[in-house]
Amino acid sequence: MTARGKRLTLILAALALLGGATALVLSAMRENLVFFHTPSEVAEGKAPVGRTFRIGGMVAEGSLERLPDGVTVRFAVTDTAKTIPVVYRGALPDLFSEGKGAVAQGQLGPDGVFVASEVLAKHDENYMPVEAQHAVDQAQRAASTLEP
Amino acid sequence: MIPEMGQFALALAWALALVQAVLGLAGAARGSAGAMAAARRAALVQFAALVLAYACLTASFLRIDFSVLLVAEHSSTRTPWVYRLTGVWGNHEGSMLLWSLALAGWQAAVAAFSRTLTAAFRARVLGVLGAVSVGFLAFLILTSNPFERLVPVPVEGRDLNPLLQDPGMIIHPPLLYMGYVGMAVAFSFAIAALLSGRMDAAWARWSRPWTLVAWVFLTLGILVGSAWAYYELGWGGWWFWDPVENASLMPWLVGTALLHSLIVTEKRGAFRSWTVLLAIGAFSLSLLGTFLVRSGVITSVHAFATDPTRGVFILGLLALTVGVSLLLFAWRAPRLSGGGAFAPVSREGSLLVNNVLMAAAAGAVLLGTVYPLIIDALQGAKLSVGPPYFEKVFVPLMIPAVVLMALAPFLRWKRDVLSRVLRRVWPETIGALIIAALGVWAMDHVTVGAFLGIALTAWVVLASLRLLVDRLRQGAASGMTARLRGIPGSWWGMWLSHLGVGVFILGVTLVGALEQRLDVKMMPGQEAELAGYRFVLRGVSEVPGPNYTAQRGAVEVWREGRMLTVLAPEKRAYFRSAMPMTESAIDWGVFRDVYVSLGDPTGDGGWVVLLFYKPFISWIWFGAVLIALGGVAAALDRRYRRLARRTAAVSASEQSHEPVAEAVR
Amino acid sequence: MKLKHLIPFFIFVALLGLFAYAFRLDPREVPSPLVGKPAPTFALPRVDAPETIVGPDDLRGRPWMLNVWATWCVACREEHAMLMRLAREEGVTLLGLNYKEIRGDASLDTSRISPREEREAALLRARDWLARHGDPYRFSVLDLEGRVAIDYGVYGVPETFLIDAEGIIRYKHIGPIDERVWREVLQPKWAALEGATR
Repeated sequence: MTARGKRLTLILAALALLGGATALVLSAMRENLVFFHTPSEVAEGKAPVGRTFRIGGMVAEGSLERLPDGVTVRFAVTDTAKTIPVVYRGALPDLFSEGKGAVAQGQLGPDGVFVASEVLAKHDENYMPVEAQHAVDQAQRAASTLEP
Repeated sequence: MIPEMGQFALALAWALALVQAVLGLAGAARGSAGAMAAARRAALVQFAALVLAYACLTASFLRIDFSVLLVAEHSSTRTPWVYRLTGVWGNHEGSMLLWSLALAGWQAAVAAFSRTLTAAFRARVLGVLGAVSVGFLAFLILTSNPFERLVPVPVEGRDLNPLLQDPGMIIHPPLLYMGYVGMAVAFSFAIAALLSGRMDAAWARWSRPWTLVAWVFLTLGILVGSAWAYYELGWGGWWFWDPVENASLMPWLVGTALLHSLIVTEKRGAFRSWTVLLAIGAFSLSLLGTFLVRSGVITSVHAFATDPTRGVFILGLLALTVGVSLLLFAWRAPRLSGGGAFAPVSREGSLLVNNVLMAAAAGAVLLGTVYPLIIDALQGAKLSVGPPYFEKVFVPLMIPAVVLMALAPFLRWKRDVLSRVLRRVWPETIGALIIAALGVWAMDHVTVGAFLGIALTAWVVLASLRLLVDRLRQGAASGMTARLRGIPGSWWGMWLSHLGVGVFILGVTLVGALEQRLDVKMMPGQEAELAGYRFVLRGVSEVPGPNYTAQRGAVEVWREGRMLTVLAPEKRAYFRSAMPMTESAIDWGVFRDVYVSLGDPTGDGGWVVLLFYKPFISWIWFGAVLIALGGVAAALDRRYRRLARRTAAVSASEQSHEPVAEAVR
Repeated sequence: MKLKHLIPFFIFVALLGLFAYAFRLDPREVPSPLVGKPAPTFALPRVDAPETIVGPDDLRGRPWMLNVWATWCVACREEHAMLMRLAREEGVTLLGLNYKEIRGDASLDTSRISPREEREAALLRARDWLARHGDPYRFSVLDLEGRVAIDYGVYGVPETFLIDAEGIIRYKHIGPIDERVWREVLQPKWAALEGATR
């Protein structure tokens, strides 16, 4: 092979690699975007059914209840206009409480109940530095629910 | 007075950095020995000034001086002294001061320990570093003054965020900053090379140990951050693909590519413009991480006001630094082309593929991190990119990289024949596949992921052993110890780091395949079972701490009728903060962790308890430590020190500004 | 200079453009469902005269802003000088909603405080703060438990609502107001509301 030919082979190989990586990125991206919707949007039917998304707002006062198994909880997320019931099995994040902000990730069931696989709570109402914020955000993630 | 002194020291440091930048760059351009020597001294004094400024802030924290705003907001009278010490960097302003201190530390190190460099080259490096320092100190002084006073002085402070009151957080930020900022040294070497038009094997040998040390810091910083997340956050995860973590991973990936590219530049004189580009890239990504994290551009829906002027300032700094360097690159890089030709199948070829894969991985992580921004800008939709995206992209990119990683050391420089190499390592290849098959069968967990993970680990370990055996056989010296000693540090570095990657993969694979989790409500006296372990909640009692009260559980862990240990997970309520905190308890082991944390009380005397069985998770940390150790071994390579002695002798005899490329061969 | 060596620069410029653009947007802005709806009514005691109960109807007939604040809120301290300027120089009518003055303060242990004590302490702190930093508000009201704030969908402090002469919420701003926010975001809207009134 000539020097030029070798160079061409190399460039082609590199391009093929890059192309493969790009294809990988695009397909993974399409499947794993998680959109954010407000309770109003969910109530209006704008949120997708059968696809994971996030819902955010405040935990309605007096809505938090624990089911008899002790681990499953129900609560309602509201944006003050509309309220969506949420059910979640697992330990809630440290800062989860009624009247405070929370974000739940999961899917909307056919009965209109949002089945959360992950719940994130907002930190206290003051603002804080980013590293701390990061840490707090992390802490507030509760991992995915159990397999039945 | 102490805060004012710190403020003054900060201003002084800024002025010195400016002097250093101007004298360093101008002195090198004009060949003025006096100016260059002054730039070197300015770097040392700048470091001293920042040490003083940092000491002043630390003193304010230790003396609990609430008249300093930062102290009042990040400590309290009851905060233990250790966390008042770390509270210095548990906030934006203080951490930027630490950042600047680390940068000045690197500059002082270059000024003090670079007798191998020619005076002109060192002056250029210090000039570029000084310019970076000017930007960051201006940022600190103008937008993030750590010494701001608070009037009236409150009687009690707000305390440090409880999450940061942890031993892991004591060492994590300094390590990480040393790594980020260390990339500035590699960057400055690259810029100095562009400015002087001089970039040869000697340049690569100068640049490589500095890059290695910075990379080791970055590796360790990421490791500690990950371990901290694992034990502190209470749900057993160790990597979250969060923007802040991605911000540290991207420079690490590009830094890894840079280390490998530097090898080619040193040994074969090739990849020169690519090496420069990677050095610029690694530092740019460190800056970008800082921008993303601190400007508030990328945060989740539940974050508030970060000062917009800060974001604008960092964005400007980023634009200036990276923009100017990339233009300089476009202007001067054409001169750097050339170098030895090589065939696709060769050591160079494999290192090129490594570079492409690492850069592609960094690009994919960058895309995932900023994608929410793009969509917000274009469509106004709110979304987040989930961890599955990163896993799906990252893993397939890393698989060929790892396969190649073990194979590349067998390849010859310039040109090689694939069949020759494959003939040498086929026993290892077959061995790895057999071990993987046996492994998934023994675990009773037959998945593609588990098989691949084990096969890769086995492949890396077997190939590494083979490499060592081959290396020992070929040595000319007689006697095993003489042969072992004859192997250079950089070879051991490569060997250890690659082995570390294998160990790391095993940890990731096994914990992913075999971990078990149970969220369960337990009344005192009740028990639960997970993965052959029996857990008994003896009770939960209130225990006082220095600045918190804790609900501490006592959980017995039994296996096969024998009690192994009693774990004490806590739920803490810190006095000065509304935040409750989960403190997990771990029975740490080489082959498995048993991990317990307390969820919420259920109101009837019971508790939600989280139980985890985490096999081989510590292998993730072992692997990362091995990788870092490899970096240390390579940085300690004798040839860098030998180079130091020879060059010192040469420049002493010649008194020239442009010596050495030939002398050091 | 060869073109291929400029590629990294162009990629960077594109990225930079994206960041600069994204930076102008507020990434934390959550669209408020209340915009275009009547401002929820309330009846709360004034900070300076707690025996007087006031509500949004007292301000009907001209546009006004509801600013949510607390003395423990750091960002409120940052925006305070700006609010003073707005009140003094721009003639903006501001109603201050003092939000969870005592129980919102993360640095206080409020578990053993009586409602009466809470109210007294809140009044003292709020008055002291306004006396010290200046009072930009037509009046401030005390929302000790944050009930009214929930009606307004307040996510945190500070937040500011633009309300028109008919009592309809026109805009919600999250976070502190600074010169830039005022100039680029709020002032045009405010001018439109004022223009509509005349």
